[in-house]
Amino acid sequence: MMESFSRRETLKCLGLSAGTLFTLSGGILTAMDPAQARTETPLFLQISDTHIGFNKEANPDVAGTLRQALDKVNALPRPPALVLHTGDVTHLSRPAEFDMANQLLSQLKGELHVVPGEHDVTDGPGTEFFARFGKPSGNRGYYSFDMQGVHFIALVNVMNFKPNGLGALGDDQLAWLKDDLAGRSASQPIVVFAHMPLWTIYQPWGWGTAEGEQIAEMLRRFGSVTVLNGHIHQIVQKVEGNIHFHTARSTAYPQPQAGNGPGPGPLVVPPTELPGMLGVTMAARAMPLALTDSTLA
Amino acid sequence: MKPFVTILMLLAGTQAAAAEDVSILIKNFDFGPMNVTVAPGTTVVWKNLDGEPHTVASADGLFRSQALDQNDSFRFTFGKPGTFRYICSIHPNMKATITVK
Repeated sequence: MMESFSRRETLKCLGLSAGTLFTLSGGILTAMDPAQARTETPLFLQISDTHIGFNKEANPDVAGTLRQALDKVNALPRPPALVLHTGDVTHLSRPAEFDMANQLLSQLKGELHVVPGEHDVTDGPGTEFFARFGKPSGNRGYYSFDMQGVHFIALVNVMNFKPNGLGALGDDQLAWLKDDLAGRSASQPIVVFAHMPLWTIYQPWGWGTAEGEQIAEMLRRFGSVTVLNGHIHQIVQKVEGNIHFHTARSTAYPQPQAGNGPGPGPLVVPPTELPGMLGVTMAARAMPLALTDSTLA
Repeated sequence: MKPFVTILMLLAGTQAAAAEDVSILIKNFDFGPMNVTVAPGTTVVWKNLDGEPHTVASADGLFRSQALDQNDSFRFTFGKPGTFRYICSIHPNMKATITVK
């Protein structure tokens, strides 16, 4: 009855313009033959930071660029059955923004799961966000579910900010996470998704989560862990043992690299360069396998 | 008649000073000025100049703006004296104070 191996997901980053597909395996980027890509069944799509409602210079038409991204995904021969939105669905938490976002995202064929970004809960309790997306978690925001043998965990780290600007889960959610992982087989692939990076990328801009180290400690024993975040509107990755951390691009606008400017605001680029800085991420099961070694005692 | 007119003008002048709004600009992820002192009854007007939205949220819950887009403003009139710390709730390392006395 023992599972002898588990399978590691690889991530493919889908640029809006170039449509280049590449896989990430053990932290090493390798270009992927598009023909090969078409025969693989995608496990899920990660989409992030759609910022519906934003209309300034960095991108006057965020609904348009989102539509472009969704059209590309729906045009795939095998669209993903699962869609994870890692937050900042809207720009200013307004009802009309949530309406528009829902209208657009409902065009995706996969089952949609959403965690909030700080732009989604600017009123404090996140009334609009939870009215639309709170059901799976009973309005707590955090929950877990299984699909195709993979255990998915949705976390909220934008409703409990620390004075230094880092996100946080809070004690209740941290305790829930520990409980959710307890007794789970180490060979089951785990995917964790939350808005703010779950490891500290750049503390002066709040790019991190206060309990990041404790969370990593809980995840370390598993053979395959993928941590998906958004918030920073650019791809930054880290591989630590069996844990692959990945932040996604936005479909709305890019942000500067860490420390390049007064703060993490919208970055204006020439219009011809914009599509190449926006995108989504696809995950698929692929080799190599994640091997979990254990001893008799 | 002159002294009467003079007194009226003096009174009008005093009222205008108390009603003058105080302006705080949110720029480059900072509140400026960061520490402001105002008289009771003064209205403070915050204006966000950043491309990134910010909020104005007092620590004690006395005042809280919606998300302020670029060029949006938020106004609050301070009544009783006190020291009021506030932050941007989206970027909580942005801190400032209003002192009312």
